[in-house]
Amino acid sequence: MKRFNFTKRIFSLVLAIFCVLPSLLLGLSGCGEALGSGETVTLYVYNWGEYMSDGSEGCLDANAAFEEWYFDTYGQKVKVNYSTFSSNESLYAKLSSGSVSYDVVVPSDYMIERLIAEGLLAPLNYDNISNIQNILPEFQNADYDPDKDGDGYNDYSVPYLYGMIGIIYNTTMVDEADIGSWELMWNETYAGNILQFNNSRDAFGTAQYYLGLDVNSDDEDDWRAALDKLKAQKPILQGYVMDEIYNKMENGSAGIAAYYAGDYLAMYENNPDLEFFYPKEGTNLYVDAMCIPKSSKNKEIAEAYIDFMLTETPAVANAEYTYYASPNRVVLENEEYIEYMGEIKDDAYEKMYNTDSVMTSSYENLSGDKLLLINELWEELKSDVTVSAGIYVICGVIVGIVAVCAVYLMIRKQRRRID
Amino acid sequence: MRKTSLFQKIAAAPHILWAILFIVAPMIFVLYFAFTDAEGKFALANIASLSQYGNVFVLSIAFALIATAICLVIGYPLAYFMSRQSPRAQKILMVLVMLPMWCNLLIRTYALMALLDNGGLLNALLEKLGLHKVSIVGTNFGVILGMVYDFLPYMVLPIFTAMTKLDKRYIEASHDLGCNGWQTMTRVIMPLTVSGVISGITMVFVPSISTFYISQKLGAGKIDLVGDTIERLFQNPSTYNVGAAISLVMMLLIIISVRIMNHFSDDERESGHGKSGKGGGIVP
Amino acid sequence: MKFLSRCYIGLIFLLLYVPILVLIVFSFNESGSLAEFSGFSFMWYEELFNDEEALSSLMNSLILAVSSSVIATVIGTFGALGLHRMRSKYVKGAVNTVTNIPMMNPDIVTGVSMMLLFVAVAAIVKSQSFFGFGTMLIAHVTFNLPYVLLSVMPRFKGLDKSLSEAAQDLGCTPARAFFMVELPEIVPGIISGLMLGFTMSLDDFVISHFVSSPDFQTLPLYVYNQTAHNVKFSMYALSALIVVVILVILLVVNFAGSVGSRKASKKRR
Repeated sequence: MKRFNFTKRIFSLVLAIFCVLPSLLLGLSGCGEALGSGETVTLYVYNWGEYMSDGSEGCLDANAAFEEWYFDTYGQKVKVNYSTFSSNESLYAKLSSGSVSYDVVVPSDYMIERLIAEGLLAPLNYDNISNIQNILPEFQNADYDPDKDGDGYNDYSVPYLYGMIGIIYNTTMVDEADIGSWELMWNETYAGNILQFNNSRDAFGTAQYYLGLDVNSDDEDDWRAALDKLKAQKPILQGYVMDEIYNKMENGSAGIAAYYAGDYLAMYENNPDLEFFYPKEGTNLYVDAMCIPKSSKNKEIAEAYIDFMLTETPAVANAEYTYYASPNRVVLENEEYIEYMGEIKDDAYEKMYNTDSVMTSSYENLSGDKLLLINELWEELKSDVTVSAGIYVICGVIVGIVAVCAVYLMIRKQRRRID
Repeated sequence: MRKTSLFQKIAAAPHILWAILFIVAPMIFVLYFAFTDAEGKFALANIASLSQYGNVFVLSIAFALIATAICLVIGYPLAYFMSRQSPRAQKILMVLVMLPMWCNLLIRTYALMALLDNGGLLNALLEKLGLHKVSIVGTNFGVILGMVYDFLPYMVLPIFTAMTKLDKRYIEASHDLGCNGWQTMTRVIMPLTVSGVISGITMVFVPSISTFYISQKLGAGKIDLVGDTIERLFQNPSTYNVGAAISLVMMLLIIISVRIMNHFSDDERESGHGKSGKGGGIVP
Repeated sequence: MKFLSRCYIGLIFLLLYVPILVLIVFSFNESGSLAEFSGFSFMWYEELFNDEEALSSLMNSLILAVSSSVIATVIGTFGALGLHRMRSKYVKGAVNTVTNIPMMNPDIVTGVSMMLLFVAVAAIVKSQSFFGFGTMLIAHVTFNLPYVLLSVMPRFKGLDKSLSEAAQDLGCTPARAFFMVELPEIVPGIISGLMLGFTMSLDDFVISHFVSSPDFQTLPLYVYNQTAHNVKFSMYALSALIVVVILVILLVVNFAGSVGSRKASKKRR
């Protein structure tokens, strides 16, 4: 066994040399990041899709603004490499695989809890993030990231934006009498027009809220009950999607979808037929926060990045771009922002901020075996495909024809050989 | 015979080294992952858990089979008719077959989805004409349609090549010997183009059975095929092992079916069925 | 009959091209909707050319396609030479079979197998930024190799052995004999291998999907990310441009190129 390990090591060393060599040769390696002022440092930012003001249609390009600000302040050129993910789970997979390193990531609450528990995040140094005082106090010392060192702030994360899950529906397709409850997502009248989340936690959440179960339940039966509900829903779904939902809801390809409140406003802008409600059974409140992974090579620049995003201009731009609710005081006090929200939709501001009447709960990090269970159940749901009799018949016919042809060809070959 | 020189001996060394490091070794890793658990201990649990994906496998094979059959039924006559056109027209048609092949698959699939979606152009037109809307995206039909649309050129091109290589004198001879059109077709043309057909079948079947983008877009994430399952399992390090087991089974499945099909090909020596046909034509 | 067959050809090609044509037409659509044409505009093209991400992924694609096809061609050509001279039929067959694996295997299996290899190596050397250009290059060279071998090998088989021997009798070293006598003969095979590799690499999505990092995004990966999110309408413009570029290349290769190399193409198949 030991010998095997040794050869494995030698073998992988050879491989490693092969893998690293080309990038070294071409000078594209990320190793030579000496902080000489002449050299450009790359800052890797990993965020949700459509989650930062990107300069389109005249809005602020937040990353470019940071690059400029950083150069003006510190005289160091920084290039932001901005990439996006579509679920907390895929972010986790990337971070835990250790194959890629990021400097700033923006996971949601329960995932931050998990990343902290697994030691994947670096504690923040608030000396470098002076604008942290812009964040409203109710977002500090959060359940997912308790303030253990007593400085009054979260130890590992700085809230970026927050919101709640609700149901978006198309008023031309859905009867007003049917709205108000999670029931709508299971209503067979709208078979083929319903979209469900394509990530396990949110999808299970919809079923759990509908059934009145605890979304952080320790009881396996609760999760199984939710699975049964989701399985029952599958035949009437159009599909499981994430950000494809934008196009599908905007062009009327689907009529009902559970999604994040801020994204609803973005869709509404392109399709005024869309409406939105928070289900009466309760729903999920989430906070997405900026964190620095332990593997970050430029922690100080990453902290400067977080600090910059808390200042008025980028914070307002991001809140306006995403339509998500901001935990940032300077945004909420910004007249132009409030006006902007009112222009989007009369009740946009209320929908996002006056949400005291809505029953909410947050996802928490689950124990290891529960995570495995959800994974298993999710696989069970996704691999639950039915092969209809019609498909069997068609395939039977095809195989039959092929078999006849094959036999014919064989006989011909045989006969030729005899000739 | 001259002794092989050192130069000739080592000429293939980099190639062989590369093949061992980056073709053989990855395969070994697939095997290794398929038969170990997350801690790296030997385990058969991954293989055992495959039973859960039985239906997914059946569905994938069925879809690939149906798509291949439709491609053959549409593509064979098309290739035949194309081969009967004037040389100049043939050349233009050939370019027209190859253009979709060289356009990225993602773009074509997305274009098809955007066209067929409930809120897409097709349904907008139907609505204007006062007809009933059709839902295609998110159904079995949609996924199969996507496969046929994406992979039809892969069927047409090899058959068309076989047709053009076919010696016209055989056809004339068969007419002279009193065959009617149908007899010429079944007794002369079809047997002589079997190798093209086999090539085409392989080139449609293999990508169809392993696709994940088509089912993601045209199946709206609801119709899971083997490719989707593998893709999803490889997004999470804790499920690499099951993913490797599924990849292994799919690989074996394809090797076996390609072997069986090649068995019926007349000239067994013709190698590189795989996807090689894609290269045909673009290179002068 | 002739008329009917023409109708059939026309119909199938029409169906094959409708989605692509719709995409091209609607890339000029002012509103960006794919269901209604509201007005003609170049704005999505303008946006595309201002989209740094799209442009840098195009650049990356080209860099990767050029480097991977050149490396694969060099390795594969010498490999073909060595294999051609190899005495042992057994080794020859084994190497050939192994090289063809990426061509026979579905892309997804090749992709995940390489990913597993890289993941394992990254875990052992504890590298944080292992995935990127290096892994992409390796993967692309690997799947280009069989195509190079496929186009170069037949050239070697068609070589007259006595030529090289004559050169050596006249005092050439075997290496010199190869470069002076044999290489020029197999150049067409090398070029077709190179072009094949280049285009395969440019087009590849599935394998890249598994071995890439956000550090190094190619054009197909960019398109994939676009279609997984809220699609920017500039992507339609990008798609339309790709279709047109490929059409032009195909026309040039098939018509202009055919004048000079008719003989070569006849020999090839």
